[in-house]
Amino acid sequence: MALVDRIGEGLERLGGGVILTSVDALVDWSRGQSLWAFPMGTACCAMELIAASFSKFDFDRLGTFPRPDPRHTDVMILAGTITEKMKPAVRRLYDQMPEPKWVVAMGNCTVSGGIFYYDTYSVVRGADQFLPVDVYISGCPPRPEALQDGVLQLRELVRMRSLAPGKRYERELALPRPEDASYSNEDPNPPSAGLEGGDAS
Amino acid sequence: MSLDIESRSSTLSDDGMPVEELVVNVGPSHPSTHGVGRVVVHLDGDVVVKADPVIGYLHRGIEKMSENRTYLQIVPLTDRLDYVGSMYANWAYCRAVERLARMRVPERAEYLRVIVCELQRIASHMMGIGASAADTGAFTAFVYAFDLRERVVELFEALCGARLTYNYVRPGGLSSDAPDGWEESVVDFVHALPRKLDELDSLFFGNAIARGRMKGIGVLSAQDAIAWGATGPTARASGVNWDLRKHDPYSVYPRMDFDVVVGERGDAYDRNRCRLLECYESARIVEQAVAQMHGGPVHAEGVPRLIQPAPGDAYDQIESARGTLGVYLVSDGSPRPYRMHVRSAAFANLALLPMLAKGHTLSDLVVVLGSLDPVFGEIDR
Repeated sequence: MALVDRIGEGLERLGGGVILTSVDALVDWSRGQSLWAFPMGTACCAMELIAASFSKFDFDRLGTFPRPDPRHTDVMILAGTITEKMKPAVRRLYDQMPEPKWVVAMGNCTVSGGIFYYDTYSVVRGADQFLPVDVYISGCPPRPEALQDGVLQLRELVRMRSLAPGKRYERELALPRPEDASYSNEDPNPPSAGLEGGDAS
Repeated sequence: MSLDIESRSSTLSDDGMPVEELVVNVGPSHPSTHGVGRVVVHLDGDVVVKADPVIGYLHRGIEKMSENRTYLQIVPLTDRLDYVGSMYANWAYCRAVERLARMRVPERAEYLRVIVCELQRIASHMMGIGASAADTGAFTAFVYAFDLRERVVELFEALCGARLTYNYVRPGGLSSDAPDGWEESVVDFVHALPRKLDELDSLFFGNAIARGRMKGIGVLSAQDAIAWGATGPTARASGVNWDLRKHDPYSVYPRMDFDVVVGERGDAYDRNRCRLLECYESARIVEQAVAQMHGGPVHAEGVPRLIQPAPGDAYDQIESARGTLGVYLVSDGSPRPYRMHVRSAAFANLALLPMLAKGHTLSDLVVVLGSLDPVFGEIDR
């Protein structure tokens, strides 16, 4: 990224506005074409995440290749329920990913807690409580096609939010980090106890 | 000065210099822990001195949640217990409810349950074998195994509309009957299966590297298997002839002709080999079940929406792909269970890991863990 920045700055000094725009577009386009994924498979959705990479669905043709190392990847695919015990590990892995990075929340558990929203004490109700999520995919679990559609949506997002100087997209890193005092496991909107509405059979 | 490794190691051992133990955390996010398992490994050089599995990273409180759900609302939760084999947890739970509420299940439903559970066994074993293959360097076998699993998932999708969380087996029967032509497609799949399994056999068990990495690794004796409560292919690979389908028969299994696959050595190779050979037997069972099945209702008459069993308790168990899967229910007469407990085979099998991994290298720990085929949804619940 540093080299791209320097090219951009250099061109700006030369007054090459038209060329700069074209380079930006090329960089943004190419960045979206090869989003390597960190498969953060924690529960059931991990099975569909694996299925998406294998025959019949074949994730590779979209340029998305699962790498089990956060330092090699651009996008973290959160697949499965995140529990309070797993939350610090997920956050740490996200922090290890190099910028620019994106997050895809796959499945209802990572969108809102899903089926585990009510009556349980150990599930994080939505990954966006501690990670900046870019794309939400609903489903329990979503089909592999839905995941691939989510990655295609993310590709559009990457192109829209250009990383070039001047129009750089500032990520909302105002979210509390684990070492901050304001970081807590408390749910900001705790659901009322019991089964409301779900009681009728 | 040359750095001679031979002389260096010999000086170390001659001096009796104490070797510092290295503690390595494997997981909770590691490609070879099959989910969110974590193993704290104490290493002496490359040799495992102690391996402690740490569980609870997927504890979602399903048992506690069940106390606030009606009996029918719990079925989708059981899908998410063992997400590699959802049909088993469905069935085990429904059997416990049926025993508690004294329901009779129509014969066609029992046959369809046997068919879906044997297909699920094939799918689950393909995942287990495939993951072990990926761990031992036979990645091609993983792709082939996963392709077979995908065929089963397609059959299930035609049956109940879901690819992973089926919610198909219900207390008193099934959610719906099989669609037209489904039985024929099952028979087609089962007929083509042995040839595909042979292919997988030569790809994985014929691979000299994979064989060499599995043979003699993590040997479990029959005595230990019984003492630690191991069940399923993990116990059978050690020579323990114990299969609930044969030795505590339930449903329509007594009418089926099949063999229990029993291993000899109890190492990682035998455990994976048992899984593969069981798939041939499952194909035989499915074929017989489709031939014996005839028309009729798939749901018992007069089952109320709101099941309210009389106070009491019930336990029932089935043979899942990982071993004995039991569900214990206590009723206080209300529409919600007072307590639900799941006896998970994967939990008992994972407890063997410290014993089996000791004395092997770190790379063999991964092979041992893969051969136990843990599913953390079922372990942590």
